[in-house]
Amino acid sequence: MILTWLIAEIFAGGILAWIAGRWSRFWPRVISLVTLSVHMVILIVLWVRYFGPVGYVAKGPWVIEVSYSWIPQLGISYHLSMDGLSMLLIVLTNFLGIMAVACSWNAIQERVGFFHFNLLWIVASIMGVFLATDLFLFYFFWEMMLVPLYFLIGFWGYENRTYASIKFFIFTQAGGLLMLLAILGLYFVHGRATGVYTFDYNELLGTPMSESTARWLMLGFFAAFAVKLQVVPLHTWLPDAHTQAPTAGSVDLAGLVLKVGAYGMIRFLVPLFPEAALDFSDVAMGLAVAGILYGAVMAFAQTDIKRLVAYTSISHMGFVLLGIFAWNELALEGAVMIMLAHAITTGALFILVGDLNDRIHTRDMGRMGGLWQTAPRMGGVALFFAVASLGLPGLGNFVGEFLVVLGTYQANTTMAVVATLGLILSVVYSLWMIQVAFLGPNHVGWKLPDMNLREGAIMATMIAVVLWFGLYPQSILATARQSITNLQQIVATTRPEEKTQAPVDPLNVVLPEEWEAP
Amino acid sequence: MLHLLFLVPILPFCGFVVLALFGRWFDRRQVAAIGVGSIGLSALFALLVGFDFVIAPPAGDHFSQSLWTWINVGGFSPHIAFYLDSLSVIMILVVTVVGFLIHVYSAEYMEDEPDGYARFFACMNLFVGSMLTLVLADNLLLLYLGWEGVGLCSYLLIGFWYTDPANGRAARKAFIVTRIGDTALLVGLLLLFTKLGTLQIQPLMQLASERWVVGSSITVAAAGLLLGGALGKSAQLPLQTWLPDAMAGPTPVSALIHAATMVTAGVYLIARMNVLFTLSPVIQTTVAAVGAGTLILAGFSALTQRDIKRVLAYSTISQIGYMFLAVGVGAWSAAMFHFMTHAFFKALLFMAAGVIILGLHHEQDMFKMGGLRKQTPLVFWTFLAGSLSLAALPLVTAGFYSKDAILAGAWASDAGGRWLWAAGLGGALLTGLYTFRMVFLTFFGQVQTPFHLKPGLRLLLPLVVLAFLSIVAGFLDLPRTLGNQPWFSDFVHTSLPETKEIAGSVERNLQIVASLASIGGILLAYYFFLREPGFVRRLMMTPLGAALHRFWFVGWGFDWAYDNLIVGTYVRLARANRADVFDLPMRGIALINQAGHIVLSRTETGRLRWYATSVAFGAIVAVGIVVFVT
Repeated sequence: MILTWLIAEIFAGGILAWIAGRWSRFWPRVISLVTLSVHMVILIVLWVRYFGPVGYVAKGPWVIEVSYSWIPQLGISYHLSMDGLSMLLIVLTNFLGIMAVACSWNAIQERVGFFHFNLLWIVASIMGVFLATDLFLFYFFWEMMLVPLYFLIGFWGYENRTYASIKFFIFTQAGGLLMLLAILGLYFVHGRATGVYTFDYNELLGTPMSESTARWLMLGFFAAFAVKLQVVPLHTWLPDAHTQAPTAGSVDLAGLVLKVGAYGMIRFLVPLFPEAALDFSDVAMGLAVAGILYGAVMAFAQTDIKRLVAYTSISHMGFVLLGIFAWNELALEGAVMIMLAHAITTGALFILVGDLNDRIHTRDMGRMGGLWQTAPRMGGVALFFAVASLGLPGLGNFVGEFLVVLGTYQANTTMAVVATLGLILSVVYSLWMIQVAFLGPNHVGWKLPDMNLREGAIMATMIAVVLWFGLYPQSILATARQSITNLQQIVATTRPEEKTQAPVDPLNVVLPEEWEAP
Repeated sequence: MLHLLFLVPILPFCGFVVLALFGRWFDRRQVAAIGVGSIGLSALFALLVGFDFVIAPPAGDHFSQSLWTWINVGGFSPHIAFYLDSLSVIMILVVTVVGFLIHVYSAEYMEDEPDGYARFFACMNLFVGSMLTLVLADNLLLLYLGWEGVGLCSYLLIGFWYTDPANGRAARKAFIVTRIGDTALLVGLLLLFTKLGTLQIQPLMQLASERWVVGSSITVAAAGLLLGGALGKSAQLPLQTWLPDAMAGPTPVSALIHAATMVTAGVYLIARMNVLFTLSPVIQTTVAAVGAGTLILAGFSALTQRDIKRVLAYSTISQIGYMFLAVGVGAWSAAMFHFMTHAFFKALLFMAAGVIILGLHHEQDMFKMGGLRKQTPLVFWTFLAGSLSLAALPLVTAGFYSKDAILAGAWASDAGGRWLWAAGLGGALLTGLYTFRMVFLTFFGQVQTPFHLKPGLRLLLPLVVLAFLSIVAGFLDLPRTLGNQPWFSDFVHTSLPETKEIAGSVERNLQIVASLASIGGILLAYYFFLREPGFVRRLMMTPLGAALHRFWFVGWGFDWAYDNLIVGTYVRLARANRADVFDLPMRGIALINQAGHIVLSRTETGRLRWYATSVAFGAIVAVGIVVFVT
């Protein structure tokens, strides 16, 4: 029940914000902030209760589940389930939602109510995606997040927003349709094989099917997820969408929409088609490594600072894809860690670039330079997130990237070694960005106000989170562990000679891993 | 006392956090008090811990302290934990004590900077904290944290005067070039964990020596990858090019990071992982060869520089070459001994040079100096003490004892020991030559630029202390031929393997030859640069002399090659594809659709006869298909 409430609260908050927007510019912001903050408190309570040191006894792979029959004739149910992985991603979604509201506090002055409606509906539908365990429901939420995001870019974006929003919509829609076909294909294959026509995830696991059917269905899912995860060469919508989106849109795109693709692969693609995914893993890892290097090179070449940050996302998501297809505990934990850490660092960079754009009204790096002189706090924060994104140990991204390459090294040594080249190239683009924007002479003669209290508070929170991820990642890794073990176990039963960890009984009564006290 | 170990690295981090967050609200006195005080306290605790360690060695001659579990995934569980043995005792003592002196010096040196006083001390504190983490780390992942942390601080401090793009370039170069090495190190970590299942250093060494055969390919790969990391950080061939440019940073930075501590991290890494290198003789010999090659190349380059800081930079590369030579031939204690004496005299030389640079209004060209001996006698005498130690004047300087131990170790080595020894000897001659070229050009001859500075106590006191250490530190390890009191070696040998011994008579002969080389270098410098400066000028007029001079001056063309082959290609390639080639097919689809839209909308003309014709034509085609195809 709590899961329904979790999503419904935000949907309702969005509608309320829209209504309030008819009379005021102020109240939609407050409503959104209060809605998300209350929600955050609930989530943290849940997190501590189910994954905290006290220890909660889970009666299966899911810690909370809710299921109602929706369209029984077609085997469609309203089925939401939560485990550690979903928990982490929902907390992240909510956190970034708050940041998105906070960073748009002054920047958005037109149609404020509708803006916050869209913002909250994006957050709610992404949470739906992270919770749905009925494929029809999953697809429903998946498509639902597109529309508000389309409006967000199309209404509040920059100069070339129409092009960007249409491109974004067509790309993701095309991917989504292929996934719909694959979902229907899976539905019928399962129905024919077992006589039970259902969209339920737990039922569909382990559906017997021929090798070629599995491959095609898997590719259908892969197309949708790869577009979202911006796997090269399907990434080209992202730089445009990012560049043109308002700051809050960019934060949601980088922080959440991309993660949906990764989540889909971890939760659905590999467990539903274990063997096809295994056969495909070399190709996928090749694409991942190509993405790591290509994104890094492209980031360095950009002159638009927002585009630069957008390309860095492509590079980082390459590591996530690599980790997913390496499919061992180290790599998967690493992939989850990158998903979280990248959302924070890249989100922060986008907020920072947005703040900068509000002051100098350009994203062209040629017009920047020497900004440290006039806005040192901004420079310091930008430097912090730049070094976080280049993978400095002690900060969140490093933990993820290291675990991914460590896991990948065991699965495919060559790929891991080539991927590490990305660590060199990430230094090149990160430092270049800092140099061109903040260091050097202030040749334009900018005089900017430094960060204000609101901006400072946003950044301070995000810095604290990145440090927490970097210095005590165990609290995150422990939360995700049980779900990763379960997923691996699902895959291991269908892959006979799987070389991953020994299978664990999924219905065993398991205590979540304790958080070790410092 | 030992359980206070964690305070040693934590205190500098605290200093960093306070300065980074609140630095802008403090005045200079408060900033200096926090910045210097945190390192001072850290040094105090390091001394207490070190004293305790020496007086009452803990069981097994080491002490570990774990703070918390960092990561625990799939059998991979590095902790935030510190490990103290004689090797790390020496490292933390040198880092904190020399670091403290440099901080004291910086408090006055940086006082006239218009802004960034707090930023400077914040970065310096962060550096010391990271360096201490590096040397105290109990596992390789934590070592890597310190390793990258010092690299970041090096970047931040080289680019301290950020308004000049040249400084930013030098800073980025340092970070990127060392990162290339670091990535090799990281792959080494992946390999070690995958093969041995842990990254904790002591168990790792234990497992490696149990499971791996000497000279097997796996040991070559593992040691080779670690060596890659060491080469980058310690500026050895072929990754040495960043260090001369790193002199763009303020002089105390050069003293602390680019002379005394960070650049020796590579030596520390090899010493720490000595089992792995002993298991892989090929790589260990490579280490020695790289060291020998680097010390000669850098020595020649030092000989041709005009900028006093660049002379010292090349000299640092060359002296670290000696340390590499030492670890490469298995003279572990000699390497650590040279690390320590080098930290003293090179920090001293940099700081004394810094006083001169300040006094000459940031003039660094030695040919515009001269006659400073009379103008600033205390700086002269301390600089002389450092130079004599660097040039290894026999018997009375610390540099002599440490370099002598390295040469003896090289001679004793089985793998081409004579050649390595000869390279070291040639290097000794070169060292005397370039060092005293610098001394004579700077302090002797005609006064070129008047000296305008009354250095205060904070500038001078560190110089005097380090000058004292540069002379007497050598007596900590007297060789058998000269007193036979190897306190330092005995201490180091509780954590590092013993060095191969050579016969006493041979050792005495080697010492005599080495002494002659050092003194010969100094005398040659006297002849060439003080007595007969015309000779060098004539030599440089000849085509060969000019070409050679130019070649050495630019550091043997490494920069040129890298800039053209790697950097240039990368930049061109990246810029050429700025519009993203993968967007073309996507744009192509859009264009086809647009074209189709234009063509089809043309057909909608509103003229009835057009519509009638196309309906008729369509009907014919449809009928034709039915008739002929089916």
